[in-house]
This record gives sequence, structure tokens and C-alpha cells, in this order.
Amino acid sequence: MIITSQDHVLVQGITGRQGRYWTERMMESGTTVVAGVSPGRGGQGVHDRPVYDTVAEAAEDHRLDATVLFVPPAGARAAVVEAVEAGVGKVVCLAEHIPSHDVMEMLAVARDHKAQVLGPNTAGLVVPGEASVGIMPGFAANIFQPGNVGVISRSGSLGTLVSMNLVTAGFGQSAFIGIGGDPILGTTTADAVRSAHEHPGTDAVVLVGEIGGAMEEEAAELIADLDIPVVAFIAGRSAPPGRRMGHAGAIVTGNRGSGESKVAALTEAGAVVVDIPSQVGSALRELGVEPTVARVGVA
Amino acid sequence: MNLLEHQGKYLLARAGVRVPHGEVVSSATAAAEAARSIGGPVVCKAQVPTGKRGKAGAVQVVRGPDEAEAFARQILGSTVGGYDVTELVVEEAVDIARELYAAVLDDPSSKGPLVLFSTEGGMDIEEVNAATPELVHRATVDVRTGLSEAAAAEMLAATDLDAAAQIAVAKALVQLYTAYRDDDAALVEVNPLVLTAAGEVVALDAKVTIDAGSVPRQAELIDTVPGGRPAEHGTELELRGRELGLQYIELDGDVGVLANGAGLTMTTLDAVNHFGGSPANFLEIGGDAYTKATPALELVLSNPRVKSLLVNFCGAFARTDVMAEGVVNAIEELNPQLPISFTIHGTGEEEAITLVRERLGIEPHDLMDDAVQAAVEAARARTDQTLEATP
Repeated sequence: MIITSQDHVLVQGITGRQGRYWTERMMESGTTVVAGVSPGRGGQGVHDRPVYDTVAEAAEDHRLDATVLFVPPAGARAAVVEAVEAGVGKVVCLAEHIPSHDVMEMLAVARDHKAQVLGPNTAGLVVPGEASVGIMPGFAANIFQPGNVGVISRSGSLGTLVSMNLVTAGFGQSAFIGIGGDPILGTTTADAVRSAHEHPGTDAVVLVGEIGGAMEEEAAELIADLDIPVVAFIAGRSAPPGRRMGHAGAIVTGNRGSGESKVAALTEAGAVVVDIPSQVGSALRELGVEPTVARVGVA
Repeated sequence: MNLLEHQGKYLLARAGVRVPHGEVVSSATAAAEAARSIGGPVVCKAQVPTGKRGKAGAVQVVRGPDEAEAFARQILGSTVGGYDVTELVVEEAVDIARELYAAVLDDPSSKGPLVLFSTEGGMDIEEVNAATPELVHRATVDVRTGLSEAAAAEMLAATDLDAAAQIAVAKALVQLYTAYRDDDAALVEVNPLVLTAAGEVVALDAKVTIDAGSVPRQAELIDTVPGGRPAEHGTELELRGRELGLQYIELDGDVGVLANGAGLTMTTLDAVNHFGGSPANFLEIGGDAYTKATPALELVLSNPRVKSLLVNFCGAFARTDVMAEGVVNAIEELNPQLPISFTIHGTGEEEAITLVRERLGIEPHDLMDDAVQAAVEAARARTDQTLEATP
């Protein structure tokens, strides 16, 4: 999934503290926010954007291409279903700790409506200079600059660090796609690699993965078929096996899932796997990817 | 949340699955009594939330009360797979005609429930899958409509079970699926699911994991299941962390780590290792947890091995100025006597860096690698000092 400034974005849960705060940040980053939804708050306004009680009502007055949900986990399933049934094609679901059966249910409904879902438990996506949808610092010039590298990350905080390292090294991003930390996700690592690859202006992909699950191995199969330089970093390689570390997805299970398995699959597919995030820029250079951003002098 | 076998069986029985008649006991005398009241040969099984209990000698078929008592005396108070054995199940021995395998689980690949079935039960299903994948049958389910008996029967059509067995097993699969759905399980696994000589289907084991995100809405179920909420396992500090709502994992090293977000925290540990150091803990204080800076820092410093502290914040959603203020307050309050390195990036970084500089007199490192190396070197220097000071 990619969201640009051409996409009209709805904010569900816009009247809450986080909804208000991040709507302003998203607009600062160029995002075309057209409306908000908060049940019972219809008729109000937030940052000069109209608020509706339901997505269907908002859809009567606006073209809605995408929605981002500042909705607590217990209400997430209903909010996603409401959005896709109203015809919204791209859904960014930020909430963590949504019951897994709710996630499966909302993804099934989204699939029937041919809607794409990013998350749950994602920090969102950024197309620098165009749009930032979610809770990433798309407005921060030392972290995001327009450029030619597509960044895919399961984690928001780590994705932020890697994006900043790229800018420090002179690289900007064509897109940042945060896919989320849950075991069951609407958009997988492979889906995101495909989106970044198809997005105009992407010359290389940086894949930030984590131990646990098999998404990096699945993405490696795709990468082997794509003619694009890929640099990868896998977090948690030094973690003791079998210990759970925060994201439910980060559980080492069987052979697929371990750091070794992911590094081997990605290396086999032609990706360069670095040991620490600060090596990403030099690895891109060695692959012949040209930096496009003047140093912004953060270091 | 992993339930004990007898708790899992209780949930399966609620969904209509036949389970052996049994009792949970916590003393050798009670084991003997249970064996006597059940009568005949019985099976004694240690209740610990771990697999491979059979191989560990934690499951035994005994002929009667005396043997049950002897086995209980030997196994109670021992450790199996790192867990203390405090309870046993004593249950009727079932007349097994055939051992099968069945599971229902959340499947990341199909993004819905997945039913697994094999006629090769009673052994390690991963080995069966590796050696004879054609004997592990799979069916994906639309979570909105559920598993029908017809779909379950279709799954069994390719097996060598006879018609009567297929009908009985299909019914059991639907019941397992019902338990999975009703209880918000991420996993329901029965190995073995057995066919008795009389043609009944009985669950001889049960591994039930309640989905972590569903624990709040299943609180009543979890608290009313026999035996109640499963005991937490971990070191003293890990348990204290859990009480505070912090995910703290104690590691063997000497560099204390405080970072936000699981991905960044794992990366910080990787970087400590990369630069030749060894982390003392995993602890993320991102999300809502950043408001708990003081107890979080206290926890990290309570580990006597910690010789230096590394604070790595990279803020997106979690603002670094807010997190830094919490940590600075905590450091002022606790006044730890050890070297501290900071590295702070992202939302609110200027305010955060100024705060650390002005109130603690510590200059945060521009680069994460520099901060990690400083913390690793500081820990090493203090170890050297200690060694020199030791006569």
C-alpha cells in the first residue's frame, strides 16, 4: 500500500487526544486529510476538517481513498468493517492488542471489498514530501527526505532509526511502509516489498525485519525474482531462542523464524544483510545506489 | 496465555469434546485416593505448561493407588522443562485403538483459522510433517462462517479412517473449532486425539493458548477455569516487571538497557553484542509504558550485574521529550552510581537532549553506535576495576 498527497484521507477517532495531535502532524507532512469520524461528535470540526458520526456519512460528502484509525483495540474490528463497507480502499490500522479473531474477521471483510489493510499494530506509512499516515514522524527533516529508497519495517521505532540513518548517509525515501508487529497482518513484508518496488522512484529497498514468523523468508522468495538492490537488517539476532520479546510475532518458532533462517534466505535471494542499522547507507553505496539528498547535518 | 492441560481439557469438554474422567491432585496421598476412586489402571500426568512431558518422564501409566502414590511422591516437587511440578492429573486409562492429531490455530499465511489433522498422532507432529507431509491434512476456515461438519468430513475423506470413524472425528473437529472460537484461542492442539475400541473420539491431551490480545475480554473465563489464572513464570525481577506492567527479561550481561519499542530494543541488544558487550536485560518502555520510567529504571538497576546504563530512544508515536523527562526524573530520584550513555532521536529530540544535558550534565551521543560503545566500554572498565580491587 502507498498513500500519496493525491489520496483523500479520513481520520477515524479524530476527536481523541491522539487523533487530534496526529491529524495535525499528518497535515504538516502534506497528507490530504479531508474529514474525520467520531461517533456522537458529528458536526464538530478538528483542525478545520469536518467530523462525522459514521464513515458512510463522511463518504456522502467526500471522496475517501484511505482511512487511518485512532481507535482502541476493542473497537478496531467494527471501525475497519465500517470503513471498507463504505468503500474506503486503503485502511491503516494502528491499534495494538486487537484480539486475533477480530483481526481475522476484519481482514476477511476487507478482502471481500477488495480493500487493502496496513497493520494492525503498524506505525503507518510515509511518502516524504507527500503524505504521512499514522504515527511516524513524517514531518521531521532529519528522518524523512524525498528520495529513492523504499523502506519496509515491522517496527515503528526501529524504522525511524533506520530512516534517520539513511538521511544521515545522504539517502532519502521513496516510501516508508510500516507493516506492524502482530502475527496476522493485512499487508505482509512481501506485499510491502512489491508496493515499494512498483512505486515510481524506488531504486532500492531496505528491509527491516525481526526474528519470529516467516514473513522475511517469504519476502526473500519475491526478492529473488525482482531486479532491485535490497539491503536488510534483522533485529533480535542476539536474542536468546524461544524468549518472547514484545511483539507477539517475535517468537522464535522452528527453523523458519530464527535470525539465521532469515539471514540465509535473504542472502540467498541476493540481498545484503547488515549487522547493525548504521551499516545500511554504506551497504547501499556498495550496491551502486546513488545518494540523492544533500547531507542535512544531523551528525 | 498458555493454559495447563487440565484447564485446556475443561474448555474442550465445555465445547462437547469427550475427555477422560480425572482429578487434579497436589499430594501423593490424594493421588492414591484419586486412583482408588477412578479404579483400574490410571494415567498420572504432571501439570506443567510445556511439551514433551512424556519424554521427560512426567507422564506415567500406573496399575493402581500404590503406584500412583509412588509416582506422585517422585514427581511432585521436581522440575520438568524448567517448571516446578505442584499438581498432577490422575485420570482413567482409555482403551486406545488409534492415536490421531488435531489442531486449530491462527494462521498468518491465510489470515484466518487453520485446522490441522493427521492420523499419525502420539508423536512429534513436526517430524511427521517433515517425513510424510501428505499425512498432515490442512483446511483453512472463513472465521465468519466457521467450520461445518461437511468441511471437516471433506478434510478426512483423504485419510484411511473408516466411514464411522470419519463421522465421529469430523464431529470432534467441529467441537475443537468451537472451543477455539468461543475461548478466543490462538491455538487448540490435541495430541493424541484417540479413537477408542468402542469407536469414541477422546482428547487425551490439550494445549490451549488464549490469544494475548483477547485476555482482557476473556478475563472471566480465565479466572473461573479450574485452578484459575496460570501462575506467572520467570525470575524474581521478571515477575516484579510483570506486576508493574513492564515486559522485562533478565539476561546474563552487564549493560543495562532502556529503549522504546520492541524492535528498537532488540536492535539495541544486538548492537551491544556487536560491539563486544553483553546486555543485562530486555525492557521496552515505549507505548504507554514510558510513563513508568521510575519503576522501569529501578528494575534495571536492581539487577546486581548491571555496570553501565544505556538509554536509546527513537521516538515516533512515543515522544522522546516525554520519555526523557521520565528517565531524568527517575535518575535524579534514584541517583544511580554508574556510567550512563544516552542516544535520542525522533519526535521531541531537541527538548529531550537539552533536558538530559542540563539536568544530568550528560551529553547524549549523536550516533547510536557511539552510545552503545561507550556503555560497553564503561561496563568493561568497571569490571576491570573490580578485578583489580579484588585481592
